[in-house]
Amino acid sequence: MPTARRAPGTSLEPLMAAKEIVICCGSGGVGKTTTAAAVAAMAAAHLGGKVLVITVDPARRLAAALGLERFGNVEVQVPPQRFADAGVEPRGELWAAMLDTKQSWDELVRSHAPDDVTRDAILANPLYENVTGRFVQSHDYIAMERLYEIHASGRYDLIVVDTPPTRNAIDFLDAPERMADFFSSRLLRWLTVPARSRVFTVASRPFYTVADRILGSQFLQDIAEFFLLFQTMYEGFVERARAVTRTLSDKRTTFVVVSTLEATPAREAEFFIDALAERRYPLGAVVVNKALPDLFLDAAAKQAAELLCRDAGRVARAVAGAHPAVGDPSQVARVLAEVGESYLNFQVVAAREAEQRAELAGHADVVATAPFADHDITDLAGLLELGAALWR
Amino acid sequence: MPTDLLDRRLVFVTGKGGVGKTTIAAGLGQLASSQGRRTLLCEVDAKGSLAGAFEAGPTEFRERRIGPGLWAMSMDTEASLREYLALQLRLPRLSRLGPLARTFDFVANAAPGVREILVVGKLCHEVRERHYDLVVVDAPASGHIVGHLAAPQAIQGLVKVGAVRDQTGWMLDILHDPARTAVVIVATPEEMPVNETLELADRLTTETRVDVAAVVANRVLPELFGRGEEEAFRALRDPEAVGALADAVGGPVDHVLRAADLAVRMRRTRAEHLAELRAGLGPGVDLLYVPELFQRTHGVRATRQVAAALSAELGY
Repeated sequence: MPTARRAPGTSLEPLMAAKEIVICCGSGGVGKTTTAAAVAAMAAAHLGGKVLVITVDPARRLAAALGLERFGNVEVQVPPQRFADAGVEPRGELWAAMLDTKQSWDELVRSHAPDDVTRDAILANPLYENVTGRFVQSHDYIAMERLYEIHASGRYDLIVVDTPPTRNAIDFLDAPERMADFFSSRLLRWLTVPARSRVFTVASRPFYTVADRILGSQFLQDIAEFFLLFQTMYEGFVERARAVTRTLSDKRTTFVVVSTLEATPAREAEFFIDALAERRYPLGAVVVNKALPDLFLDAAAKQAAELLCRDAGRVARAVAGAHPAVGDPSQVARVLAEVGESYLNFQVVAAREAEQRAELAGHADVVATAPFADHDITDLAGLLELGAALWR
Repeated sequence: MPTDLLDRRLVFVTGKGGVGKTTIAAGLGQLASSQGRRTLLCEVDAKGSLAGAFEAGPTEFRERRIGPGLWAMSMDTEASLREYLALQLRLPRLSRLGPLARTFDFVANAAPGVREILVVGKLCHEVRERHYDLVVVDAPASGHIVGHLAAPQAIQGLVKVGAVRDQTGWMLDILHDPARTAVVIVATPEEMPVNETLELADRLTTETRVDVAAVVANRVLPELFGRGEEEAFRALRDPEAVGALADAVGGPVDHVLRAADLAVRMRRTRAEHLAELRAGLGPGVDLLYVPELFQRTHGVRATRQVAAALSAELGY
């Protein structure tokens, strides 16, 4: 870490070369998944080694670009032929996996259940699916848990993770801790009381009086039985959750906050950066996505655009006089006025973006920028093109 | 004849993160209240963006008047539970429910659908009591909205007796009535938002019976050139024409022309996504266009412009 604040770097390469785990985060719609895939592809191509990108919900075309056909926790190698098609000879291997929350939970239960009977009872419990679908932000937890598991297996040199879309981007940071708290909580013991004993303790009575009237005792009983089963995995789960937390703050881990330069995502990015600092998790870089190109920030071009809006008729006549092939001067005038207005419209947006970027840049040692793409990424070449912008 | 969007009682506005869901919800609320409808705007994921759309200060669970005929609130499931307990169970003294606050989070997490039903229940309650002509909900994003709208059914399936179950019937009556309830999905003309919108419309139809009334295509770029003008623009890109243009302007024009190229390409890509969106939606779903606002994309000004655009699209 540099000791004095200097102008931020623009390349993600040194960071990718130094770290083992890169966690991409940011609010929805900012291009997190694409960014994760792009930097992983660049790392595989230029840094070598085995690189894995774990995604949560990639766009179909992105998945296709990586050669992923279905969800599943199986890690699949992106065929080297795809690199060859993109005109790149990779130094390493690129692997990809799409996270399946349900399957991951099942695996977790299988590895922590004390015996086969408990395991089967949990997996068959009618509440299990519902509960794993929501409680303590289970998506967030499972993403971090998978990351831990894969990293600990030692199969990869670098793992790039795309975090799940959450209501609050910080949820997943706290998920392992919350998972540990949840299993150690007194409340869980209260809730499992009716399954252990029909005699309610005095302490739990007011809670049950209310809960019973809202939910009905049968349902409460169902819940209690479920959690009683889950409690058998208490030690394994808590220990595991703590290990996951340690991995997040490990020196070999870094966070990359992805944002666009629009007001709302940028505000969330700043909020997220603060949340990382609070928890002492290392912020490696900020990636600014979908930024309008610098050509909108050119003062001379702005003047030219203003002139085109103001004086399109005169300019059109002059151009048509010098170069008659452009055609009817009145049509040329309309076209020039539209060209000028369009420039000024986007220039307003670009000026706002520049300000936003300056604000974000104050937070990180590296600020990498990916240009606005007017087309969608459909193949590895597209990913590598995006990645190259982040590598400069 | 389907009921006009704003003649309904409860409109959920959802969409993928980052597409401008809050701005559209605010625009709908603004439009409805300007037409004389007593309108309540409710932000479910309290991020404070709704307050920003009206410069009205932070919102809270207790609704607050923020303009003529317009009220705003933010959802708070614990406050909703307290209100519900007071209203439905006639629990005499809420102060005696001391452990409630602490235990609530736990129960809500443990019992599937409880948190969601407290959200949907509060909204349906406002509709049933006719406190407002229209309730516009800045609803959870695509990933979470189905869980909310399906919660009453899920509860019916899981909970056999108890107060929560008793409450689900009338909620479903409101939610499943297309004359009263609608979902509006917001999308931008890009690949992921369009795909998510189509998937969500599908899921809402198969997993709930709530009517998807409209999709708002937000941030639609204006067509840069009219008929024949694109050819004229191409002729202007001829190096000699560019030279003549630079002379006439008295400075370099390269960036301005490249910018126009970019705008044309962007518009074209987005038009393809819009076509996909239209083709993928059922015939009963209106597609409303809201243009890209270059000047101000957030705040009161943007809310008014979006309201005006929606007004034109809805035929007012």
